[in-house]
Amino acid sequence: MSHSTGEAPRQAQLRTPLGRVRGAGAAKSGVHHWWGQRVTSIALLPLTIWFIAALASSAGMTHAEATAWIGHPLHAVLLLALIGLTFHHIAAGLQVVIEDYAKPEAVKIAAVLAVKFACGLLALTAALAVLRIAV
Amino acid sequence: MSTRQDSREATMVGRRSDGTPVRRPLSPHLQVYDMLQMTSAISIAHRLTGIAWSVGAVVMVWWLAAAASGPAAFATVQWFLGSLIGILVLMGVTAAAWFHTLAGIRHLLWDAGWGFDIPTTYMTGRAVLAGTAVLTALTWLALLISW
Repeated sequence: MSHSTGEAPRQAQLRTPLGRVRGAGAAKSGVHHWWGQRVTSIALLPLTIWFIAALASSAGMTHAEATAWIGHPLHAVLLLALIGLTFHHIAAGLQVVIEDYAKPEAVKIAAVLAVKFACGLLALTAALAVLRIAV
Repeated sequence: MSTRQDSREATMVGRRSDGTPVRRPLSPHLQVYDMLQMTSAISIAHRLTGIAWSVGAVVMVWWLAAAASGPAAFATVQWFLGSLIGILVLMGVTAAAWFHTLAGIRHLLWDAGWGFDIPTTYMTGRAVLAGTAVLTALTWLALLISW
């Protein structure tokens, strides 16, 4: 910035308005992130409704009934999709919340990384559980 | 900053890139909004229910891991989910899940360019609230019948 000279530097005038604001937002960039959130949300709509309906209509399952349900080939595949998409969507959503509110920058980066690592571990834990039952 | 005499002054307190204060108009932020109007309340609730549902996803991981671990661990998670705290958590997650799902569909419709006019926005907002109540009640009805 050139408060002292009173004139904006010449190169600043040559840059397009888009070029000057690109990367200046709270998250620096985000079209791919935004689109990923929408795609996962569309995929999660039927998967989530299926999962909630299945659990709500079979409350108080015994262990044998639960493992039989989880281990069914179709259920196992849908559960793996649900797990991966759910934690992808959670990591993306919580990242936006953190980027909006967390300050300073070091705290923001640390919090986003912590959320992503936690989501990765939780997804792997759940996926391994389904595979152990199904395979 | 001294005490503001006029709340509109809040939109005039900016900072230069070197951090020094400057009086100039800013984009309106939270202070200009009536937080109890339905449009902003549902927007805030969409975020909060997304965070709340994340807690429900952790419970799902616990339930799956316990099922893979064996009957003893599974009995523990089933006991917790059937306890008073467990039922309250599940009821909260169910309501949050339906709200976030319905409000999420509303967001996807907006993304597609539909429903931005004020009457439609209020109509879909009321539909989200009513739908959350109905679907949460139906989910728990199914759950109690199958218990």
